[in-house]
Amino acid sequence: MNTKPALSVNKTIEFCEVSFHINDILARSIVFGISLTVSHGETLVLLGRSGSGKTTLLRLMNGMLIPSQGKVLVQERSTRDWDLIRLRRGIGYVIQDAGLFPHFTVAENVALIPTLENWDNSRTAARVDEMLQLVGLDPREFAHRRPRELSGGQRQRVGVARALAADPPILLMDEPFGALDPVTRAELQREFSALARRLGKTIVFVTHDLREALLLASRIVLLEAGRIVASATPQEFLRLDHPEVRAFTSSLSMTPGASA
Amino acid sequence: MTTWSFFVDHRAEILGATLDHLELVLIAMIIAILISVPLGMFIVQRPALRAIALGVASVFQTIPSLALFGFLIPIPFIGGIGKRTAIVALVLYALLPILRNTYVGLTGIDPVVLEAAEAMGMTRAQILFRVRFPLALAVILAGIRTATIITIGVATIAAAIGAGGLGTFIFRGVALVSDALILAGAIPAALLALLADLLLGLVERRLKVS
Repeated sequence: MNTKPALSVNKTIEFCEVSFHINDILARSIVFGISLTVSHGETLVLLGRSGSGKTTLLRLMNGMLIPSQGKVLVQERSTRDWDLIRLRRGIGYVIQDAGLFPHFTVAENVALIPTLENWDNSRTAARVDEMLQLVGLDPREFAHRRPRELSGGQRQRVGVARALAADPPILLMDEPFGALDPVTRAELQREFSALARRLGKTIVFVTHDLREALLLASRIVLLEAGRIVASATPQEFLRLDHPEVRAFTSSLSMTPGASA
Repeated sequence: MTTWSFFVDHRAEILGATLDHLELVLIAMIIAILISVPLGMFIVQRPALRAIALGVASVFQTIPSLALFGFLIPIPFIGGIGKRTAIVALVLYALLPILRNTYVGLTGIDPVVLEAAEAMGMTRAQILFRVRFPLALAVILAGIRTATIITIGVATIAAAIGAGGLGTFIFRGVALVSDALILAGAIPAALLALLADLLLGLVERRLKVS
């Protein structure tokens, strides 16, 4: 058992027998008996069909949902005991469609958490420039634009920059590239994969796209109907013999050109 | 006597009544905004209060304006003859459009934006003041615009309880069967309403964030 402190420090996020359900709302937000450890610096991809509970797990990690049973520990403290505002400010969050504030400029969006945390102006401004460059947007060209003046891919880049601005140790991403066209998506996946390796953050990434999971993950956790059915490295994952794994791997081979 | 020469001969009186009218409308609108907008912000997260507040404001709207002025006269402190009673009635009329639009504007925000705000650790108050309110501003202003136009019209009836304004000409014109007198009240009131609509429409367009 992991009783040594040296080992437990390594657990950035831990689910202990977590179930979540609301009696009358959305069957899709149900998860059962989840035990899961996300180690420091790994990129864990939660893979599953729509409604398998991926987003619910993500929302349990930043206290947007609190478990019905069991507990979720973030940096060894239960989300029930965290000051949720503090917890969330230490966790970057990127969602599909980015969720940028339409009344803020790109720079104001990226500066959100530094502003809430009362950083001084020059430090915030420098950080905004640094973040925009990090995600491949020229600050001089983009800082003063509004979100509506950006393409979908650019908006999502700003979403990533905003999530990283206060340098959180943890990054949660909920199908961030899901709404993009295939070309832009591939471009952002490649760039993000390189970025993730460089940043060394603990990342939990939700997707229903096996290709994306294989590209980004250090470990893939497969969910089916609210339960974990597989957990493996990308290489191991493809060799697993589970019906739901096969359902996903067979979706890979269904591409034009691959003769049936 | 033609209507035009009546206007020219009585231009000072008409201007005076128009300014009185404008004063009634402005005071009533300022009070109505100061009540409705904060109330709308307060009821966003409180479903029980929301039903009561919107219900009460709707009831005021259903009372015929002349009757509402009449009802208020015998009430102590806010009632009686004159401007004060008229302003109270006008405020009651203006509440609903502003309150409803404030509520609709604050709740009609893209859920993805609200989710991002919550997930990034904004407090409820920060979400309300820095996200919901600025994004709702155009809708709130549309409510203020509607309320202003209603108030300019209803304020003509305030003359019935001695509050002055352009209604004075209209009531006198009805009593004396004089088109010129009626028009001396009706035309400036219509122009005021058009002007208010135009100006507030311009502000509203500037505030709109798509």
